[in-house]
Order: sequence, then structure tokens, then C-alpha cells
Amino acid sequence: MTALAALFVRDMRLAVRVGGGALIGVLFFLIVVTLTPFALGPDLALLARVGPAILWLGALLASLLALDRLIAMDHEDGSLDLILTARVPLELAVAAKALAHWLTTGLPLVVAAPLLGFLLNLEPKATGAVALTLLAGTPALTFIGLIGAALTVALRRGGLLLAVLVLPLTVPVLIFGVAASNAAIVGPVPFATPFAILCALTLMSLVVGPFAAAAALRHGLE
Amino acid sequence: MTLIDFANPSRFLSFTDRVLAWLAAATLLAFAFGFSQVIAAPDDYQQGATVKIMFIHVPAAWLGIFAWGLMSVAALGTLVWRHPLADVAAKAAAPIGAAFTLICLITGSLWGRPMWGTYWVWDARLTSVLVLFLMYLGVIALWRTIDDPTRAARAAAVLTLVGAINLPIIKFSVDWWNTLHQPASVLRLGGPTIHPALLVPLILMAVAFMLLFLTLHLAAMRNEIMRRRLRTLQMLQARAAAGH
Repeated sequence: MTALAALFVRDMRLAVRVGGGALIGVLFFLIVVTLTPFALGPDLALLARVGPAILWLGALLASLLALDRLIAMDHEDGSLDLILTARVPLELAVAAKALAHWLTTGLPLVVAAPLLGFLLNLEPKATGAVALTLLAGTPALTFIGLIGAALTVALRRGGLLLAVLVLPLTVPVLIFGVAASNAAIVGPVPFATPFAILCALTLMSLVVGPFAAAAALRHGLE
Repeated sequence: MTLIDFANPSRFLSFTDRVLAWLAAATLLAFAFGFSQVIAAPDDYQQGATVKIMFIHVPAAWLGIFAWGLMSVAALGTLVWRHPLADVAAKAAAPIGAAFTLICLITGSLWGRPMWGTYWVWDARLTSVLVLFLMYLGVIALWRTIDDPTRAARAAAVLTLVGAINLPIIKFSVDWWNTLHQPASVLRLGGPTIHPALLVPLILMAVAFMLLFLTLHLAAMRNEIMRRRLRTLQMLQARAAAGH
């Protein structure tokens, strides 16, 4: 347990101290949202209608950004070998890493979302719904991304391949995240229905992600 | 990789030597018979002659899904039993499955042009097949990025199994998404059941496609084993040249 806590604290420190990774994700999110009106036009009614979708797409892309560093950095400096040979189950170790990653890259996106909602002319209720769905959905993105990060850990050009592998798997999360946000704004289904499915997807990825990532690491690096 | 690993593949190679020609002949015969039945089949009262695209479209879709299932079983073989042929089977199946999925998409959009008035609609089935196609491409990309075949096999096996868990979820979500957004545009083949006059040629074509898949898959596995032997020989030669 202490080993896991140490790993978690170490990853948090690295993420916060080195290069300001968390803020770069938020900055990317801000830029994506700023670019959208240039593509769609400054029509506020249109922006309010597609706003949840833009916020979700922006968060999805931003959460992909730092994923290739999630395990690759440990592979480069050799600490991954220590984690692999440690007595702590590898599944729990990668889960702790992913949790630290989500706290430093996913959670800032959730916090930034209400602010960006103002830029897109979202109602306060809609903004709240988007933030809530992002809070429930971004852990799924991180834990699905964990699988991709583990698969591409030893590759030189892993970053692009990671996106190609991970993005199709995030289709359900995107669908139910946007659907729940829209359900809160215009209906017709109640917010709880898609939101419950979104939570279920997140819970499932919390289970599948660490096991698949640990299998990929064990088999891939021996 | 040692030479003893080839013991089983050698037996497999001699088996394919004997079987492949017969399978290819059976495939040709099945296609000839299937097409003759398709031509003889009546046109649909609503869709006219375009219904005949379905005799290629539907079996291709079935095989596109079947190939992922086969890859998943092979992935279990790779990860659990370390069977030397399992990863060969998985690697050989991926491009064939992708090709059948692409055929399904192309014939689907060709059918959609006269029926729906456009080549592409974001229909739930089309969309989930498109995601399946993208996942095939992802697996193929992963196979190609890692040089060492055994390591590539294990990474691809993990991805295949994750995909096998996710594909039903994706299918379900896409269905949900489509019915939520555009319930009116979901056009299905008319009627709840297919008339036997159309069903019999469809099953014949499905059998022909299955035989085609088997032939292509065995041939691709054979090629892959040959390719690996070549790779090993080249590495041995390089090592000998380096003086070790």
C-alpha cells in the first residue's frame, strides 16, 4: 500500500512540477474551443446548440495529449522495470499511475469547462451538465487511454498510433457524454438515463483498463 | 526463436499444401453456383435490381464480424496457451477482415445511392461497421509498427481482446445515438422476414464467402510462416556475417 501511495505521489509531483503538463492540457482545450467559432461562425445560437459537443470533443482531444508520456517516461528512465519487478500487483500500479494522470490532466479540464461554456454562450444549466458529464466521463478516457499507452510504450513513434488505437474505443463515452449534456438542455430523454450509462462505461473502463494495460506491459516488455 | 518452434508450423504447411488447391476449387464452384442463383433470384418489389447488392453486402458484413471473432480466439491462444500458430492466424485474419468490412461499406454506400439518395448516411449500422473498420486498421497498424513478431503478436492480442469487449458496447451506443438523433431516417430492408426466394441465394453466397475466407486465411497464414522463416534465415545470415 505504501509503495502504491509513493508511486501515486511521485507521479503527481512529476506531473505538477515538470513542464506544467496539467496547464498545457487546459491551454490546448482553450485553444480548441477558441478555434471552433472561427470554423463555424460567430452565431451565438448555433454555438449554444453545438456547445456541449465542442466541449466534449475538446476535452477528448486534450486528454489524449499527455497520454503518450503516461508510461513511456517511466520506460525511458528505467523506473518501469522497477515497477514491473516490484511486489505490488502491476494492475494496481498502473491504476495508481492512471489515477494520478487523471487528477493532473483530466480534472483541470473539468474545472475549465464551465469557464469555456461562457465563451460558447451556454446556459448555466447546460454548463453544469457538461461539467458533470465531463467529471463522470473523463476518467473513462484516461483509463481507455492507459491501454493505448501501455501498448505503444516501447515504440519510437507511439504518439500518433496511440491516438489511432484509442479514439475508436472512446466512441461510446463521447456518445453518452454529449447525449447526457443535451438531454439536460433540450431533452427528450431524462438526464439520468444517458448519465447512468456514462457512469457504467467509466466503471467498466476502470476495471478493463488496468488489467489490459498490465497484460500489455507484461507481455510486451519481456 | 529457435528452430524447434517450426516443428508445428511445418506440419501446418504440409497440411495447407494438400488442402489449399481443393479449397480454392470449392470456393470457385460455390461462387459460380451462388451467382447463378443470385441472377435467377427475383427482383425486390420495392428495391428492384439493387437488392442483388445485398447478396455481396450481407455476407461481407458477416465475415467482417466473424474475422474479429476469429482474431479474438487466436488472441486467447497467443496470450494463454502461447500457441505458435495463434498469432500467425490473428495476423493473417486482420487484413482479410478489414477487406471484407471495406467491401461491406462500399457495397452499402452503392446500395444507399439509389435507395437513400446519397452515398452515405449516418445510419447506425453503417456507422458501427465504419468504427469496426477503423479498429481493424488500428490493429494492422500496431502489427506493422512493432518489428519483433512475438512482441507484436502479444500487443495485438491485448488490443484485439479489448476490441472484442468494446465492439458490442460501441454497437449498442451507436444504435442509441442514432435513434436519439434521427429516428426517421433509419431505413431497413422491407418486411420483417426475407422471402425464401431471396434467402436461399443469400445463404449460398454466405457459404461461398466463408469458403473464400478460409482459402484466403490459410494462404495468408502460409505466407506469414514463410515470411517469418525468411526473417529468421536473414537474421542467422547476418549473425554469421558478423562473425558470432
